[in-house]
This record gives sequence, C-alpha cells and structure tokens, in this order.
Amino acid sequence: MAPNTPNAYDPAAAVAAEGRTVNRNIAEIVNSGLAARYRAERRFKVYGVVAIGVALAMLATLFVTIFAQGWTAFTTTVIELPVTVEREMVANAQGEVTTDSLAYANFAVPMRKALEAQFPDVTGRSDKRDLYAILSDGATYRLQNMIRENPELVGREILLEAPVAADFDLLAKGQVDTSVPETERRLNDNQVAWFQTLQERDLVDSQFNTILFTNGDSRQPELAGIWGAVVGSFYTLLVTLALSFPIGVAAAVYLEEFAPKNKWTDLIEVNINNLAAVPSIVFGLLGLAVFLQVFGLPRSAPLVGGLVLTLMTLPTIIIASRAALKSVPPSIREAALGVGASKLQMITHHVLPLAMPGMLTGTIIGMAQALGETAPLLMIGMVAFVVDIPGGPMDPATVLPVQIFLWADSPERAFVARTSAAIMVLLAFLVVMNALAVILRKKFERRW
Amino acid sequence: MQAFTLILVLAVLTVVGFRMGRGRAVAVVGGETRKLHSLPSYHGMYVALWCAVPSFVLFGLWMLFESSIATQLTLANLPPQALQGPDGQPLSEARIGLLLNDIRNTATGNIAGSSDAIVQQAAQYYNGIRATGDWLLTAAALSLAVLGAGFGWKRVSADLRARNDVEMAVKIFMIVCSTIAVFTTIGIILSLLFESLRFFSRVSPVEFLFGTHWSPQISIRADQVGSSGGFGAIPLFAGTMLISFIAMMVAVPIGLLSAIYMAEYAPRKVRSVVKPLLEILAGIPTVVYGFFAALTVAPFFRDSGQLFGLSISSESAIAAGIVMGIMIIPFVSSLSDDVITAVPNAMREGSYGLGATKSETIKRVILPAALPGVVGGILLAVSRAIGETMIVVMAAGLAANLTANPFEAVTTVTVQIVTLLVGDQEFDSPKTLAAFALGLVLFVVTLVLNVIALHVVRKYREQYE
Repeated sequence: MAPNTPNAYDPAAAVAAEGRTVNRNIAEIVNSGLAARYRAERRFKVYGVVAIGVALAMLATLFVTIFAQGWTAFTTTVIELPVTVEREMVANAQGEVTTDSLAYANFAVPMRKALEAQFPDVTGRSDKRDLYAILSDGATYRLQNMIRENPELVGREILLEAPVAADFDLLAKGQVDTSVPETERRLNDNQVAWFQTLQERDLVDSQFNTILFTNGDSRQPELAGIWGAVVGSFYTLLVTLALSFPIGVAAAVYLEEFAPKNKWTDLIEVNINNLAAVPSIVFGLLGLAVFLQVFGLPRSAPLVGGLVLTLMTLPTIIIASRAALKSVPPSIREAALGVGASKLQMITHHVLPLAMPGMLTGTIIGMAQALGETAPLLMIGMVAFVVDIPGGPMDPATVLPVQIFLWADSPERAFVARTSAAIMVLLAFLVVMNALAVILRKKFERRW
Repeated sequence: MQAFTLILVLAVLTVVGFRMGRGRAVAVVGGETRKLHSLPSYHGMYVALWCAVPSFVLFGLWMLFESSIATQLTLANLPPQALQGPDGQPLSEARIGLLLNDIRNTATGNIAGSSDAIVQQAAQYYNGIRATGDWLLTAAALSLAVLGAGFGWKRVSADLRARNDVEMAVKIFMIVCSTIAVFTTIGIILSLLFESLRFFSRVSPVEFLFGTHWSPQISIRADQVGSSGGFGAIPLFAGTMLISFIAMMVAVPIGLLSAIYMAEYAPRKVRSVVKPLLEILAGIPTVVYGFFAALTVAPFFRDSGQLFGLSISSESAIAAGIVMGIMIIPFVSSLSDDVITAVPNAMREGSYGLGATKSETIKRVILPAALPGVVGGILLAVSRAIGETMIVVMAAGLAANLTANPFEAVTTVTVQIVTLLVGDQEFDSPKTLAAFALGLVLFVVTLVLNVIALHVVRKYREQYE
C-alpha cells in the first residue's frame, strides 16, 4: 500500500491514526486534569494536618489555661505581724496559764490588737471590722497552735506569719482590678490602701501554700485543701483495687482457659463488652439502688464508691487480662501439662507469671480511669461537704475529682485557682499511673 | 475497728490452719510424702479453705444485713405512741425514716443527737443490739473458723484428694467471678426497672416520653407557683441530642481526618509522637473538661457573641457540645485509625496502579472499604456523648428549654439525673424516681446504639482473606 495516496482508503492506517488520536486525547485529558488533581491531593493532606493541629491546639489550650490559673494557688500570702499574747488574755481565774485556759482563750483578740498597732489611726467600728478582714481565720489558729505548743511565748512579742484572707491573697497576686468602682469589688478603697501600706512596710510575704496540701475542705478558700479528697480517693481506689484485680484476673482466667464454648460463656462475653460501654452514671444509679437502698451501706463512704468503681473497671481489667493470657503461647501450656502439672498448676506456675505484666498494665489503666471518675460517685453521696480527713473506708469522704467539681461550682473567685491546682494534682497522679503502665509494658513485654 | 480486728484474727487462723494441715499431712505418712495423694501444701490449703470460707461468708452476709436488722428490731421495740403523730394517726414512712435517723444519730453520739426520752431509750436499745450483734458475730465467726479448720484437719489423710478439692474450689471461685458481669447487668436492669415502674405508676409513660413540659419540682402546697410538677422529658431528649450533635460535628471531621492523615500520610516519627498526644485527650478526666468548658470556653463564646451583637447564654449548648467533641476526638480517631490500617495493602496498590492519587485512593477505595468500621466507631462515640455527664453538669444549663438554637441553654438527661439525685430528699417522691426512669431511657438508648454498632461492624465488614 502506497503511503502517498492519502485519498485511498486504508483501514490499518486509519486504525493506527485513530489510536494515536485516542492515545493523545487520553494523555491530554489526564495531563489537563493533573494539576487540579494534585491540588486536591495537597488540599486533602492539608485538611489532615489542620485536623491534627486543631486537636493538639485544643489540648494545649486546655493545659495552658489550667496551668496559668493553677500555679498561683501553690503560693499563699502571709503578713509577718508582731503579735503579743498578754498573760491576762489566756490565763484562768487564778492567773495561771494551763492547757484548759489556753483551750478557752480567744486568740482573735491579740491578732486584732496586732493589726491595730500597725494602723493606730483606724477608729470606728466599721473601719475596724474592715481592717480585721485582712487576716484569715487561719491566722488565729496558727497563733493558737504556736502558744499551745510553747506556752512560754505568752507575754512575749512573736513574729507571726499570719495568712491573709483569700481576697487579699488575690490582691497581692495582682488578680484584683483596683480600677473598677469601689462598689463593684469585694475590697473597699481603705482595705486596698491598708494592704498597700503593709506591702510598703515589707511585711507582706509569699510562701509555699502548705495548707492546700494538708487541709480538708473548707468554705474559706484560704483554708481549703485537697488532703481530705486525696485520702478519700486513696481509700476508694484501695477498695476498688482489692476487689477488681482478683475478680478480674479470676474471671479472665476462667473465660480464657477453662470455659467451654457455649451459650452461657457467649452471654458472659457479650455482657462484659456491653458493660464497658454503659454510661458511668448508670453505675451510680445501680450503686444508689442496690448498695445504699437494699443493703443499707452508709452514704458518702469510700467503701461504696469502691464497690461501684469495681463494677465499672472490671470490664477493662477482664478484657486486658484476657489479651495478656492470649499472648502466652500454647507451647508453654503444653510443656507444663506434658511434665504432669494439673491444669491449675500449669496456670498458676507458668501462664499467670508470664501474663502478669499485661494484666497489671490493664489494671493500672483501669485504676487511672477510676481515679478520674466523678459522675457515679455523685449518685452515692460522695459529693457531701466533708471537712475532716477520712480515717477509713467507712468514714464519709469525698474524692479528688468530686472535690474539683465542688470547688468549680463555688462562687468564691479564689476557688478558681485552687480548682486548677487540684486539677494539676489529679493530672499528676494520672500521669504517674500511666507512665507506670507504659514502663511496665516496655520492660516486661515479651514477643514470642 | 472491731471488724478489722476480726478480719485480721480470721486471717491469722487461716494461716495457722494451713500450717497445721500441711504438718498433719506430713505426719500422717511419717514423712514419706510420696505416699500422699496430693502435695502437703494442698492439704494445708484444704484446711485453710475450710477455715476461711465459711467464716468469711458469714462475716460478709453480716456486714450486708446488720444495719437493716438492727433497725428493724429497734423499730419493733419502739413504744406504740412513738409511731403515732400527736393526732393519734400512724406516722408516714418518711417521718419514721426521720425518727430512725434521729435514733441512729443519737446512738453514734453525733452533735445532731436528740434529747427526746423515747429517742434516747431507742438509741440505747439500738446500741445494745449493735454491741450484742458484734459479739455474736465475733463468737460465731471465730467458732466457725475453728470448727471448719478442725473438720478439715480431721479429714487429712494419705488418700484425701486434697488437690482436686482445692482446684474445684478455685474453679468455683473463678466461675463466680466471671458471672459478676452478668449479675451487674441484671442488677442495673432490675434496679432501673423497679424504680421506673414505681415512677410510671404515678406518671403515665406517655406523658413522660412525649410530654414537652419538664419541671420536676413538686411543691408542698397545691396552690404554689410551679406546683404542677411536669414530667414531659422531650425537652431533655432534644437538649441531649442537640449537644451530642454539636459534639459529633466537632469530633467526626477532626477525628476522621486526623485518623486518615496518621494512617496514610504521616511519617512513622510524626505518628509515634502525635498518636499518644491525641490519646492524652481521652485520658483527661471529664470533670477537667467540665471545668474547662464552664470557665474558659463558655465565657469565650458569650463574649465573642456580645462582640457580634448576639446574645449567647453563658451556659450555651455550643460550649458544652464543643468541649464534649474535643473529648470524643481520640475515640473517633483511634477506632477509625484501626479500621483504615486494617484495609489490605493490595487494594491501595491496585488503585495506585490505575493512576489514582493518594487522596483519590483514600476517598474512592479505602474509605468505602473501611466504612462499616468507621460508622460503628461513630455510633459508639454517639453513645458515649449521650451518656457523658460531668461536662454537661458543669457547663450546660438546668432549665428545660425546647430549642434547636445552640446559643441558648439546654439541659440533658444526665444533668437532670444528677440534679434530681444529688442532695437530700426522700426516696419515694416522683422527683427522685424520675431520675431512674431517665436512667432507664439512657441505658436502653446506649445499649441499642452499641448493639447496632457491633451489628454494623460485623455484618458489613468486608472480608479480605
């Protein structure tokens, strides 16, 4: 076929030419769309980065706001005030200073006198009352304790580090806006001026806030501490751990090693998985109806809190323990059985020790969850205002997250910083527990 | 403290029983332990079990029922005039409860103790019962422990199949432990159901489920303002759905996109840093989120609303919803991450081979393949959002508004459960019982969501084998 006769029909050439144009067309189509497709690709990738960025930014905001508010609560303001407790103020009718007479003495009087000595020109009832408001009630307790421990100090001048009331603490930390009209703030102009005078005389000092870590709850922010809640959390978790670990491990061993495959074990498995997804507040309702109503256990007790949290954490522990048991290779079991061990001996001597790190990891994670849990404990009355440090699992108590909830609800502004500080303590506990779990996993995890 | 001492004594007895059992097993065969059916330590455990189990069971039962028995006895012993009001009518249940509280407070020497002679007497009687009861328990538990140990000790012989018996006991213990989950579920259902039935005997279920007026405060006098006591829960359901919807609007896009990025794009190093960071979000207690929502996010929305002339409530649904969404992000992202990485590589490579870009592969191939898992994860997240309590208690409102405006305050089912039950009130009023009815609804809805989620995952999962 002659290529120089273009008018003649040539099917093969036609197909070839057609193919070329089709090929060229596809390439063109692909190429023309390519830039847009690459843009879409980049856009899509950016969406992902943005999503992660937003999530991390929110995490960062959360931590920054809490830390920014919380760190101020770790210090507290004191006034170094020279105080003299006169003998006649604390002595009994016979003029002797005894333990009894000290118990009945009114130590607020010398505190007030000491303040008045700083401001001799303050007269008038209401002015004096405003002046006394600078000092916290804690100052009186501190003086009382000092004198009780060392009655020799009676009649001498003591330099007392007197804690100030919460509003003045905020003032010292610069958190009170003194430019707003006097009627709209809690401190009047006189009080601000007196406090500034004290600052100028270099009597005002900032200290580490030991009260926050040693006291129970209080209505007065400067006297409120988290120790009661920490102890309550400790007892609650102790009960939870003592019940949920053995029960969870036993259940996991049974389901993994003994249980026959039948309807009943299926039912148990479905139940465990469902319980893991039941809202925590429903467990609180269960605790209220069963433990408090039917069994008549005391309200607000860590024992009941521990029981409720046990039911909540069991699914976590059982699931983690079963995974740990599954990861132990069958050859270990067969070897043990082969040398004549009974099934239980095989489990207690060989399988359990090998699965224990995984079980402990799951338990610690379950405990961390239990430590942060609030809602079910509200239901069983652990939300009560408890001042005393609980002495055992039957005493009324509150726990750390509930304490945070109570303080967050309080209208006093000074509680905001303390709430954040309590959150920091709670987060610190959680970090330690989770770190422990990670270390345990890293250190003892075995790959078979 | 007496109970603690008793536990300690029982524990010591158990240890003694163990040593005696082991010693006797060795002695019975004259030191030739190979003649024994079981190892000596199994004989020890056999005796220890006989010593510990009956006495601890008795102790546990006693702990559960002691206070109610003592209360009943005290009540039965009260003079008849104490149970009548001044008008000769028998006291209502609530008044009897108050009287008993008085007696108990006086008995424990609380400050709130009463000076009434009858109460004083009853308190003494109550204390007497408790003291006698404690002695009875101590005597019974100790003798049971000694008797049990003695019985076990007597039975120790060369032929005793101690190992089999001990292993059977351990197995029974394990079976009991594994059924606790079932009993918990039964307990939840029964307690919610019984209290709800009591509630529905006073308020019709139709009014509860379809009524639009919620004001559970019941007044003492009929002519007081707001005495109607409406129990229509529709505003609560609407509020719950509104807040959960906002939460999902935050959590699903962010969670899903970050999961896709981490599974498909992120280099290993980035992944190993970012993934744990995101999981921190799941580990933060909800009360912390609640504090964050109430003190940072809600004022932020209120102020920025003022800037644009919008009136945004300081307990707006949007603040609670967004913070709840943040909490749920890791939930969505880790579940989606799992299903996306589970899609086999062959499918990706097939798509690349046809010339698709990475994002096209993800959108056209991977996501459709992973869809059932993603949907299941989202349903689980929704059930989580509905059941979430602390964030809404602290950041959402109490007033039951029926509105779809995210800038207004709404209330949720969980908020109402908490407000109805926190604080002191009698247990019988429709107000407290309503909390259990709400709890039942919550339980059923979350259960159904979970079941559907599992079903979706199982039924529509593509099998690649």
